[in-house]
Amino acid sequence: MRLRELAHARTGDKGDTSQISVIAYDPGDYAWLAEHVTEARVRAHFAAILRGEVTRYELPALGALNFVLTAALAGGVTRSLALDPHGKTLASLLLELELPDRQRPVSA
Amino acid sequence: MKTIRIGSGAGFAGDRIEPAVELAERGGLDYLGFECLAERTIALAQGEKRRDPAAGFDPLLVARMQAVLRPCAARGVRIITNMGAANPLGAARATAAVARELGLTGLRIAAVTGDDVLDRVRGGDDALLERAGTVASLGETILSANAYMGAEGIVAALRGGADVVITGRVADPALFLAPLIHEFGWAMDNWERLGQGTVVGHLLECAGQITGGYFADPGYKDVPDLARLGFPIAEVDADGAAVISKVPGSGGRITLATCKEQLLYELLDPTAYLQPDVVADFSAVRFTELGRDRIAVRGGRGRARPATLKVSVGYLDSFVGEGQISYAGPGAVARGRLALAIVRERLALTGVATTETRFELIGVDAAHLAGDAAAFAEPSEVRVRVVGRTTSLAEAARIGNEVETLYTNGPAGGGGAWKSARQIVAVVSTLIARERVVPALHYEVA
Repeated sequence: MRLRELAHARTGDKGDTSQISVIAYDPGDYAWLAEHVTEARVRAHFAAILRGEVTRYELPALGALNFVLTAALAGGVTRSLALDPHGKTLASLLLELELPDRQRPVSA
Repeated sequence: MKTIRIGSGAGFAGDRIEPAVELAERGGLDYLGFECLAERTIALAQGEKRRDPAAGFDPLLVARMQAVLRPCAARGVRIITNMGAANPLGAARATAAVARELGLTGLRIAAVTGDDVLDRVRGGDDALLERAGTVASLGETILSANAYMGAEGIVAALRGGADVVITGRVADPALFLAPLIHEFGWAMDNWERLGQGTVVGHLLECAGQITGGYFADPGYKDVPDLARLGFPIAEVDADGAAVISKVPGSGGRITLATCKEQLLYELLDPTAYLQPDVVADFSAVRFTELGRDRIAVRGGRGRARPATLKVSVGYLDSFVGEGQISYAGPGAVARGRLALAIVRERLALTGVATTETRFELIGVDAAHLAGDAAAFAEPSEVRVRVVGRTTSLAEAARIGNEVETLYTNGPAGGGGAWKSARQIVAVVSTLIARERVVPALHYEVA
């Protein structure tokens, strides 16, 4: 299944750094997302644009993960040659990420 | 318990105007903030001010003030905005002129200055944050240097009885934190309150981004009536606890999901959101749904403010030339790729000097460089895009020309060619000791 089925996401930018939040629709899916949506997966997903590092911050109270990608925006919004210099589209691209099917506990 | 109602009337310079009028007329507000100053805008505005000393403030300032001054004055709603850009004094004078036209004599408008530190950092050995080098290394290309000031100047203006406060560069959340400090008498070292107030300001500063804008994804995240999107209101108590809402009947939705997305927007380390007035900690923020379009927020914390302020430095970076052309129907992708190959060869053959280029197909691999065309159905149309960085405008223009000549020299059926060449004003940052940045106030009375 795709990440899109379990989470929504939003991109922000600071200079050449992109920031992507990944937020569980159901807070009950947070731990599962934290297990599967790792720094390594995000780094691999954006390998074509990423020249820096990926750092993941965990926000269990919000059921959210926050990914910070340095040197990811071709120099940043004020000088990038990209069609989308802010990288606003990156969150939607991350929702393509393929995950194992989520096995939900059967409720009584 | 006393509460203050603050509305957010704009999330960027070009934002819609009617939602702010709706807030002024029907939001039951005490304050209306407008965040209109992007990173690079102030560098461009400095250039305008050099050409015309009365210019250099937000080009939509007059239109926004014409729309909101009367409903705000009638209800005692005080306006706070960074639309002053490179010329807060000029913006205050222009606002006073609008007020007089509207018959609002006596309206008191404050300009907050002090953010312009160009003379203090130009040629100095302050290190750049984004890359190696110092401010001095920018040489003659430097255009502007503006420190991100905190709430202090705005608070002083409110204390001075301003009906409208116009700033240059301040931290965006400070536009909304300042009225809380003023109304509730929060001490400037009450880090917990300043941290929670920063959460409120951060949630408001992008206006429609918390009421359902930048959110809709049909079938997954549906939002009603985005053409009439309502902008947000925060009702805040003396402890900083707040309820986010909007004018009943306006478009959009406020949900736990919209609030979470906006809380994390542009956030790096959630425990250290660096602001001039506080290092805010968003990691324990909690949202509670009180009812339709009513979300409570609390739990923001903070610790002592940094010793330095961030300075945004604008400079002339380079020139960029670009061309685009469309192909459609069967084989569109193949013809687009052929077009890219032709332009690549032409730029080499004719000796166009570039330091960086991109050759891409919009609809295939422009937003995502790794776009895997094989994974998706072939698009029925694509748009070729060639863009390159150069050291002169004339050189930049040659790039678009080589795309335009695809009309009669390229693959079959190329249409809608477009080209541009422009100078790039870019922004880097440095730090400055906060003692070197002192806000100053000037009043204009209509």
